[in-house]
Amino acid sequence: MKTAVLTLFDLVSGQSARIVRIRNTGAKGIRQRLLDMGITRGAVVRVERHAPMGDPVEIAILSYRLALRMNEAREIEVEPVEA
Amino acid sequence: MTASHLPDAGSPAVPVRKQVIAIAGNPNAGKTSLFNRLTGASQQVGNYPGVTVEHKEGVVRHGDRRIPVVDLPGTYSLTAYSLEERVARDFIIDEQPALVVDVVDASNLERNLYLAVQLMEMRVPLVIALNMIDVAESRGIRIDTARLSLLLGVPVVATVGSRGRGVDELVDICTAVLDGTVNALPQTVHYGHVVDEEITGLAGVIAENTLLDRRFEPAWLAVKLLEKDPAAAGRVRLMAGVRYGLVDTAAAAAVLRIERHYGEDTATIIAERRYGVAAGAVRQCMSRTVQSRMDLTDRIDNVVCGRILGPVILVGVVAALFFWVFKLSDEWAWLPWFGGWVSPTGLVNWIFAQLSALLAPARHSMPMLHSLFDAALVRGVGGVLGFVPLIFFMFLFIAALEDSGYIARVAFILDRLLRMFGMQGNSILALIVSGGLGAGGCAVPGIMATRTLREEKDRLVTMLVAPFMNCGAKMPVYAVLIAAFFPASRTEMMLLLWAISWFVALAAAWTLRRFVIRGEQTPFVMELPPYHVPVLRGVLLHTWERTWLYIKKAGTVILAVNIVLWAFMYFPRPPERPDGKAPTAAEALAHSMAGRFGRALEPVSELAGFDWRTNIALLGGFAAKEVVVGALGTVYAMDIEKGGDSAPLAARLAAEPDWSPRRAFAMMLFVMLYAPCMTTIAVIARESGSWKWAAFATLYSTTIAFVIALAVYQAGRLVG
Repeated sequence: MKTAVLTLFDLVSGQSARIVRIRNTGAKGIRQRLLDMGITRGAVVRVERHAPMGDPVEIAILSYRLALRMNEAREIEVEPVEA
Repeated sequence: MTASHLPDAGSPAVPVRKQVIAIAGNPNAGKTSLFNRLTGASQQVGNYPGVTVEHKEGVVRHGDRRIPVVDLPGTYSLTAYSLEERVARDFIIDEQPALVVDVVDASNLERNLYLAVQLMEMRVPLVIALNMIDVAESRGIRIDTARLSLLLGVPVVATVGSRGRGVDELVDICTAVLDGTVNALPQTVHYGHVVDEEITGLAGVIAENTLLDRRFEPAWLAVKLLEKDPAAAGRVRLMAGVRYGLVDTAAAAAVLRIERHYGEDTATIIAERRYGVAAGAVRQCMSRTVQSRMDLTDRIDNVVCGRILGPVILVGVVAALFFWVFKLSDEWAWLPWFGGWVSPTGLVNWIFAQLSALLAPARHSMPMLHSLFDAALVRGVGGVLGFVPLIFFMFLFIAALEDSGYIARVAFILDRLLRMFGMQGNSILALIVSGGLGAGGCAVPGIMATRTLREEKDRLVTMLVAPFMNCGAKMPVYAVLIAAFFPASRTEMMLLLWAISWFVALAAAWTLRRFVIRGEQTPFVMELPPYHVPVLRGVLLHTWERTWLYIKKAGTVILAVNIVLWAFMYFPRPPERPDGKAPTAAEALAHSMAGRFGRALEPVSELAGFDWRTNIALLGGFAAKEVVVGALGTVYAMDIEKGGDSAPLAARLAAEPDWSPRRAFAMMLFVMLYAPCMTTIAVIARESGSWKWAAFATLYSTTIAFVIALAVYQAGRLVG
């Protein structure tokens, strides 16, 4: 029944999206840290670029830039928005 | 927001706060430069009691008043999940500063206010320094400070820490708060009805069932219990004793009710509410005149983090760094000196050569004292201080790169690569500072740089492999041995040694992660701050602090080690010869404690090509690698009857019949890899929190070093 839920992992550079939720699969500290960095429901993020080896990914959120690994990006469900 | 928050000052629930100002704030918010402006030259580096996070203290002057200021670690939040955050919040609870100044990046207000909201929760008197206001203005951001102050209930001062703007005003407000003439007790934070009610209820349960320490605010503890914060729960358990069960049950029930109501876990709800408060404040007091993005930073990153150009630029920056460090410190004579020109390193060496010459007349009248001063002080300490210019310029460039924002990009680019070996992007800084660029550096600041790593396992692995890098102290050993045995291929040999150090470090990290420090890889979540031109003042201050640390080491640890080592090599004195002549230096050395020890190790060490004299030097290097060359110098100088500096050490070694390129190479590898120096070991113990890891680092690296040196030496013998 699992439909293809979009995550931050799936976005390409330049794409914007709204945060839907952070999955609760990672360790407790990770989730808290993402929350602390402003990755909260409803926040809009834009994928800026990927590192030369394709990972980590740099996103723009709350008027600053954040780098996170694709592993964490996979935990963040999003819905696309028009930039 | 309602403002029914003022506790009456006479009630016993209000503890007496210390007349100390604590500076809090996000990383990259300009906290350090504001602290530097506030305290001027009065600052000191210290440690928080019980933990290893370094902090700075200083004094701010206002008229004839002197108010102590403490710089808390830069944090984004105040959870229990990172050491820095725990330290910052424990300081606020345990030390009860009379005032916290929260340094807020005005150009990134929302995320920075998230921390301010958490400080408001702690109900500590708070002043907001709206820092980097110039950057915000240049991006078309206008902030109504009066309105922000009204919304939060605390004074707000616009500042530019790097230029000192608004600092006087900030100090005026702070003293007014300390005097009680300005209110700085923040507004109560609201999380919506459901959560607010649970907080009030749980705070009541806590107040009823614990011998509440006056330093704790029950409502704050309630929020932390709802967030399932383990450290706060521990505090409550201590204060509640047998009645902790009641509090715990009440907290669990409240968590369940909130989670059922919102369908989300409480930590998420509370974090979102905090961001809600921050966003609400931003909406009401901030306006943008132009919609501008971080144009310059974006344009730079498009190039610097590019797929092909990114790595190319990275290598170029590293190469340029080395080029300038060596040219400026050693190769270019650019300091005027007695009508001529001298390099900074040349100057230091000249000073110690003069000292040695000054001592020379005492060689015969007071042989023992002369030997002590010449060997331990002039050669030992002088040799170490000869590296000060190199270290100074190295730190200068690294500090400038750090301040500019580029080091964060280096971590971004290299994270994937380092992760394959069980480290993370941030590890690169520790490895570079330890000497990872090929020459120069020091594992002591390198291991301290691992503090930027949030994850304990990654941090431990980085700490354990950082000493393999070619630190500045190993350089003289390489220099002498290469000059003696590989004079035609200096560059190639240095490159080879650089490659080997990285190969061993990465292989060791991979192995450690696989077999010793196992566990999931942890996240890498890092802010990429906007680029800015480094602030010269801050960079110089930072460089000087690190350089001074090195100089202090030379004056204390290394001096002490040299004196002990000298004594080992000097005593006991050999008996008189039957023919009445004084014993030769070689005989004296062989007779000394060090000589005996070196001989005892010889049966094992000679498998790797080390004779007893080399053993003495390596033993000294265990104390501090800088000692190796000095000790070799002493050992071989003692062979020459006149004992002078007639021939440089390299020439003397090259002339020794039992030295060969093969032996020299094995020795270089051994010096590169064997036990970290004593100072490094002490720092590993301190930073890892356990002597167990320090002992492990010593044993495993010495084992690796011996096995590799032995393999190279024996293989070399087969090849011939």
